[in-house]
Amino acid sequence: MTSLLAGLDPLFLNGVTLEVFIIVLVKVVISFGVLLVSVMLMVWFERKLVSDMQNRIGPNRAGPWGILQTLADGIKLFFKEDLQPDSSDPFVFKLAPYLSLVPAFLTFAIIPIGGDFTKAENPGTITFPDWLGGETTFLQLADPPVGVLLFLAMSSIAVYGVMLAGWASGSKYPLLGSVRASAQMVSYEAALGLSLATIFLQSRSLSTHDIVLDQAGAGWLGIIPHWNVIVTGFVPFVVFLIAATAELNRPPFDLVEAEQELVGGFHTEYSSIRFAMFFLAEFMNTVTLSAIMVTLFFGGPSGPILWDTIGWVWPILWFLLKLFAFLFTFVWFRATLPRFRYDQLMDLGWKVLIPISLGWFLFLAGRNVVDDRWPNTNGSLFSKEVIILLVITIAILALGAMLLYSAIRNAANKRELEEVTF
Amino acid sequence: MTATEDLTNTTSTDGAPALEDLVFEGSERVFRRGDDSAVLRMSEAEVAQLAIDAPNVALETNTDERTIMNMGPSHPSTHGVLRLVLELEGEVVKRSKPVVGYLHTGMEKTAEDLTYLQGATNVTRMDYASPLFSELAFSLAVEKLLEIEIPARATWIRMMMCELNRMSSHLLFMATNGMDLGAVSMMIYGWREREEVLRFFEMVTGLRMNHNYIRPGGVAADLPDGWTDEVQRLLEMIPPRLEEYDILMTGQPIWRERLQGVGVLNSAEALALGATGPVLRSTGFAWDLRRDDPYLAYDEVDFDVVVGTYGDCFDRYAIRLNEIRESMRIVQQCLDQMPKGDYRVQDKKVTPPPRARIDESMEALIHHFKIFTEGFKVPEGEVYAAVESPRGELGVYIVSDGGPKPYRMHVRGPSFINLQTLPHLMYDGLLADGVAVISSVDPIMGEVDR
Repeated sequence: MTSLLAGLDPLFLNGVTLEVFIIVLVKVVISFGVLLVSVMLMVWFERKLVSDMQNRIGPNRAGPWGILQTLADGIKLFFKEDLQPDSSDPFVFKLAPYLSLVPAFLTFAIIPIGGDFTKAENPGTITFPDWLGGETTFLQLADPPVGVLLFLAMSSIAVYGVMLAGWASGSKYPLLGSVRASAQMVSYEAALGLSLATIFLQSRSLSTHDIVLDQAGAGWLGIIPHWNVIVTGFVPFVVFLIAATAELNRPPFDLVEAEQELVGGFHTEYSSIRFAMFFLAEFMNTVTLSAIMVTLFFGGPSGPILWDTIGWVWPILWFLLKLFAFLFTFVWFRATLPRFRYDQLMDLGWKVLIPISLGWFLFLAGRNVVDDRWPNTNGSLFSKEVIILLVITIAILALGAMLLYSAIRNAANKRELEEVTF
Repeated sequence: MTATEDLTNTTSTDGAPALEDLVFEGSERVFRRGDDSAVLRMSEAEVAQLAIDAPNVALETNTDERTIMNMGPSHPSTHGVLRLVLELEGEVVKRSKPVVGYLHTGMEKTAEDLTYLQGATNVTRMDYASPLFSELAFSLAVEKLLEIEIPARATWIRMMMCELNRMSSHLLFMATNGMDLGAVSMMIYGWREREEVLRFFEMVTGLRMNHNYIRPGGVAADLPDGWTDEVQRLLEMIPPRLEEYDILMTGQPIWRERLQGVGVLNSAEALALGATGPVLRSTGFAWDLRRDDPYLAYDEVDFDVVVGTYGDCFDRYAIRLNEIRESMRIVQQCLDQMPKGDYRVQDKKVTPPPRARIDESMEALIHHFKIFTEGFKVPEGEVYAAVESPRGELGVYIVSDGGPKPYRMHVRGPSFINLQTLPHLMYDGLLADGVAVISSVDPIMGEVDR
């Protein structure tokens, strides 16, 4: 019963004792602290890297290499005057920043940040030495059976923060920003969810721990890792990466706060610590979403254990390295790409990403059916059954693409008749 | 000579539609009235009244619910202090009205109190991104009144400096255009290259902008030692950087999506609105004063007039990018053919004597004193001189009453006149397109407000 309630963490198998309680408390504090510090470093890293790409120096005053710049900014913002427009809705105006910030914190709870997943017994855990109680536990705050759905739910709630902030400001630029935000985030969530569905299909679980465990084994040829990014054939990952960038409102999808058009977008009227909360939430989301991507597509903390003596360090190191690669990618996007326009963004979401992820989902589902019905193919790519499956899938996809194309053409013609020109 | 007069002769002989017909056809569309109009004809008082009557949103017209939104004068992408009153339908821009005057400093009026020698310091502050062109237009106008011929070297120095200035101005456009469309890195890259050009200007004139270098009678100083190396360095450094822009922007799918087919204008409309420069050329109408009404020594150098096809934002971007390349061609020719000789006219009534002469000659001292206190007298008359600035036809009109100061000066600022096209370019586009459009017209507010 206990194990069912608290996920499958071996920590709870022997009932909740004081030691267990303390361990959970420490985990909460650590994940909170780690997230805050990583956000601080991420802001600094982004500014430093972007300035490097742009021939600038970037922050270099506060602390060594300006590493404390974010802290200084935070302290400054904390002591600034908190301005609230007359025309705003006071309650919602104050509530909105929390609606953005809290989900950003919560998502990080389900990320496994360490633990050796190749162990046969209790994979993905660490065991404390005996003088510390000898407990065995996951290196993640919680492993609820709904797992990834929690992440989707939290990212949906975060939309409210942005939407309500814009609406409650009682001003036109934030309103336009929030209209864009709600449309953008809601439509990209569809693509995000559909690309995740392929993962569920592959790993047959929603729990992040199980998904990482599923990716831990060796893949083809014993060299290529059994990561979902390869197993699901790259397409869901690419869709997820694009949709995640849009979900984060990061360039090139930062229409919500398009500085050149809407001044600050939804947070134009926010100042002081409330603005800082939005800012914090945005960067925290960047970190958590990168972590989610590492967990779901790149095997989370899995990787070779090089020295057995400090074996628990390696998974954490691999996790951080993979995380770092994604953070770099996001900054790189920002430094390189121009911004999309609202209607182009919608086109990309609805007419490209969603159909592609649906089609790919169909293909992978068919693949699973082949495996179930004809187990003798052993996952081989070139058996007769798989080729038949491929032909059928391509036929269905082509049919779907044709239907979609004709629907788009039809809609465009109708719009032309109504003399809508864009 | 204005653009209109000259072209009537050239185009009608080709069998193309006569210019008047073209302008008439354009004005039919440009000057339509009512809700269908692109221009919001609403006074400040009416807007204020609307804010009282309907404080939140709705502006009832006979078509749909529309909102009035104010963009500027302090807005990140209105290039300084341009203000736009937009009538929005959702996020679609319907009618709009550019409001200018937030940078008005009365420079044209100030000119009436400055001597012709001081005049260049005044006009150079108008278009601060391409100051040498204002100086040039002013000097050409004054020289026309004085009926003096300036030495060949002065002409070629002027031409080279102006083309370098065109490069720096267009590089600034590359920077701001990138920034307005969200390619923020482009801002720094554009400025980096512009800075190299400005460094050369500083070497020659002592200042990065507002040079007061081109003056009536020639230029302020001869080119310094080692200028050829510096120019050569620029000409070698910038082309590969422009290739990088091509990679970063021209070939970028998002960039093309954002600019192609946005803010479309045709030749007839552009002519009816008086647009010149890249805005007019983007419509496929090849009109460049350097070719069509050559001043300085432009008839002796070889260059192409870059024209567009569709009249959209992408064409305006591409034209400017390629004009940088054309300018480099001209600069290269200036470098090769720079004549020797004097850099200013040796007319004691116009040119101050060299410092050394003042110690020796009483006459020189008197001339020096007269020029710097009273100024030199300019014969009575009126004159219009126009140059092709990076933004279009920049003209200076001066009326002289025979005294040392202009009786009246008027500047035809291309930014100001091109600004008229904004409502027509923005009509029925999204707000984000509006930003792209403002950026592609590239107004410099100092020149708009004067």
